[in-house]
Amino acid sequence: MSACTLSIIRRNRPARMLWESVCNSVSLKGLNKLSHGVKICNVIKRYDDFIAVNDISCEIKQGEFFTLLGPSGCGKTTLLRMIAGFNTIDGGKIYFDNKVINDIEAYKRDIGMVFQNYAIFPHMTVFDNVAYGLKARKLPKSEIEPKVMEALELVQIKNLKDRKPSELSGGQQQRVALARAIVIKPGVLLMDEPLSNLDAKLRVQMRTIIRKLQKDLNITTIYVTHDQEEALAISDRIAIINAGRIMQIDTPATIYKKPQNSFVAGFIGTSNFMEGNVVRLDGDSTAHIKLDAGYDFSLKLKKDLQGKIKISVRPEQFIVDDENGSGIPGEIQMYTFLGDFANYEIKLENGQVVQANEYTKDIDFVRDIGHKVRLSFHPEKISVFNEEGTEVFS
Amino acid sequence: MSTENTSHRNFAKYFNFWNLVKYGSMLLLLVFLVYPFFSVIFHSFLGSDGKFTLKFYQVFFTKQYYYRTLWNSLATSGVSTILAIIIGVPLAYITSRFNVYWKKCINMLIIMSLMSPPFIGAYSWIMLLGRNGLFTNAFAKIGIITPPIYGFGGIVLVFTLKFFPYVYLYVSGAMSSIDRSLEEAAENLGSSKLRRTLTITMPVIMPTLAAGAIMAFMSSLADFGTPMLIGEGYKVLPVLVYEEYMSEMGGNANMAGALSVIIICCSTAVLLIQKYVVARKNYVMTALRPPIVEELSKGKRILLTALCMLVAGVAFLPQIVVIVTSFIKTNGPIFVQGFGLDSYEKIFYKLSKNITNTFTFSIIAIIIIIIFGMLLSYLVVKKKSKISSTLDLLLMFPYVIPGAVLGISMLVAFNKPPLMLSGTAVIMIIAYVIRKMPYTIRSSSALLYQIDPSIEEASINLGVSPMRTFFKITARMMAPGVLSGAILSWITTINELSSSIMLYSGKTATISVAIYTEVVRSSFGTAAALASILTVATILSLLLFNWVSKGRVSVV
Repeated sequence: MSACTLSIIRRNRPARMLWESVCNSVSLKGLNKLSHGVKICNVIKRYDDFIAVNDISCEIKQGEFFTLLGPSGCGKTTLLRMIAGFNTIDGGKIYFDNKVINDIEAYKRDIGMVFQNYAIFPHMTVFDNVAYGLKARKLPKSEIEPKVMEALELVQIKNLKDRKPSELSGGQQQRVALARAIVIKPGVLLMDEPLSNLDAKLRVQMRTIIRKLQKDLNITTIYVTHDQEEALAISDRIAIINAGRIMQIDTPATIYKKPQNSFVAGFIGTSNFMEGNVVRLDGDSTAHIKLDAGYDFSLKLKKDLQGKIKISVRPEQFIVDDENGSGIPGEIQMYTFLGDFANYEIKLENGQVVQANEYTKDIDFVRDIGHKVRLSFHPEKISVFNEEGTEVFS
Repeated sequence: MSTENTSHRNFAKYFNFWNLVKYGSMLLLLVFLVYPFFSVIFHSFLGSDGKFTLKFYQVFFTKQYYYRTLWNSLATSGVSTILAIIIGVPLAYITSRFNVYWKKCINMLIIMSLMSPPFIGAYSWIMLLGRNGLFTNAFAKIGIITPPIYGFGGIVLVFTLKFFPYVYLYVSGAMSSIDRSLEEAAENLGSSKLRRTLTITMPVIMPTLAAGAIMAFMSSLADFGTPMLIGEGYKVLPVLVYEEYMSEMGGNANMAGALSVIIICCSTAVLLIQKYVVARKNYVMTALRPPIVEELSKGKRILLTALCMLVAGVAFLPQIVVIVTSFIKTNGPIFVQGFGLDSYEKIFYKLSKNITNTFTFSIIAIIIIIIFGMLLSYLVVKKKSKISSTLDLLLMFPYVIPGAVLGISMLVAFNKPPLMLSGTAVIMIIAYVIRKMPYTIRSSSALLYQIDPSIEEASINLGVSPMRTFFKITARMMAPGVLSGAILSWITTINELSSSIMLYSGKTATISVAIYTEVVRSSFGTAAALASILTVATILSLLLFNWVSKGRVSVV
């Protein structure tokens, strides 16, 4: 556990209480039933002539926290709802472990799902909401009560068990939804943008709770979000989806540092895209590149490449130097001082505006509007894409 | 083997609960709604020789006796609607924007006058301003001759007072759902108060106003009881339909059929105008901050309250008249001095069958309406398909059909085997179900639209099958909407005259039919007693409605 997470927990009382309660709990954590691994093979969803999910394949390991991340309308929720059984599967197969679930009806799939708007049954108390799935499984009453109470304790709302949903805040409803989904010990836990209706502070708090619960209960979880920060913070692996296709599946750090294509580079974090040409290619695949903005560098590519290329440079990858230094010349148009770093908008000589960061600890003064600067970067840190947008840097 | 399994599963999937409901109700609607209407249309083109003919339409449009009724219908409905707007809009503005006293009471009186049996208004105004009316005689004593109430003026008077509540309720709903900031923005941009009202408030409520006005117009156009009682020589279309059919008894309903087709064309045209011209400009508004209610000085406040109470009181007057007259002593059909229970005694000897009929038929109808209304509104809202949108359209069709026309079409369709229903209780119950179900469906659908689909998905996801989810979760959440809709269906069913008068036989006559026949026989005392029973039942049901709906569902 990183120092950062620890400090969050120390500051954050509910999260610490949770940690203790998870340690004390037994039955929900009991490992007599393992959640499923999920395999998605060439899955397709069509709406008339619009293809919402276009031949998606991926494999989610047992106990993994897997996030589907993408812009709205990219098909991530559609895919999630296909796994849940609310959307039909028009092509391909979905497996839970080794069992194809395509033809299993939604109510027989043994899935826990947390909905974007919580979907709490408004005419039932908190207790009855959480007990609903257990009753459907015909558990004896004597077993239902302790399980419900335990789930409520895990999400720290034991004291609210007799309340009606209309008397709960958004965050409390969210916890009921979570308890209701985990109490049945589902084979797979699905979450459809569960935090999007909460305020920023609560979002961070719930995010930590979800993450810990998921690890402690060891439930395979598929999580949908359009919030990249949330995805980076919470996931074991992330699948970036655009226009119904998977763009990249990787760990958060790899996604950020090694985007496989220009879409991912542009979607995750801030990227400055610059165009250029391969002017010469040596025998060992070392390419000499000249950027349109007037900057030459060389690096080793995955494969031989001629002609046009595109590079992406993160703002923190730029090295900002004084006017008489080396690099691409530009002029500061605007700056934002953000405490630990300053963000500049810099206009290059070809008219392109790029963003660059400078860390407060490295500098003595913040550069002002109108200052002339020069920008450079370490070629091995940046990403290089061919004309189609595929990463070609080795 | 495996293919057999799959085909078996597909078969089971296809014949699941909702498909059964869908195709079952489609079939029922085809038999009891579509088929009767096509029969009527078919008959209207059928000559006595059994061949296609336009004779009846030709007669209608060439003979003054006939085409005049169309003009009369449009004139009475049109003038009444304009008057309803003139009364309804200012009243709605006053009650929603100023702090007049007794707002709830004013509202309740207006709703009650809308929900009362339609012909009771006509009947009461005859009692007051008719040839031997209370006011007529009182004015005659001091030498003032009141203008005759019979004919155009009387119909317009009753229609206006009866249907202005539509305009009032629609507009006051819209007035109080305009967000305050909209008007503040106008003011902020330099508009004067009058200018703001004319350029912002009025245009925004215009579509709602039009919808209310169209309800008033269509109800006037379809009403049968009022013009029948008070119109005398002044005939409107529904009355003509009735007379044509009754004089042609023996099954030859061709002319009545042609008239029915003409009425349906008129009301459909009006509805289409509403749907495509007015509804398109509808502004959806949810007031986060409802408009400010202006504080008035005491004098103005009393003055405006008095004005509102006067209007509401006049609209409610018929019901008071009815209840008071029901307690006047009678000697045969003639009123004498003093009060007593003579009229009630008489109806319990003579007409108790009508009372039990009304309530038995209505209870059976309402049970069917609740069950079907619930299932069908779910189909229409949540299971969108071509068939369910056709169902939706068909279900709302009875809105545009006057009861007399519905009655005739059912008689034409079901007066021979295999479905020989005319004269039975069954045919009346079917007519009530078809005619009154829209209230329940509309109110249930309104609530269903607010239920998020993920609530059901959450239940299915937790392992409860879709059908059980409907009964465990959805049905319970819909209950308030279904119930308040059902109460409206109930109120209008017990008061139903126009289809009953076509369909009843000696054994199946209801209270409203009896009121009508008693009035025609000038037996005003018994009519008043019967009407009072209906009025009291209506008021009690309305109170129940208010309690159930907690103000969430509007009566219109």
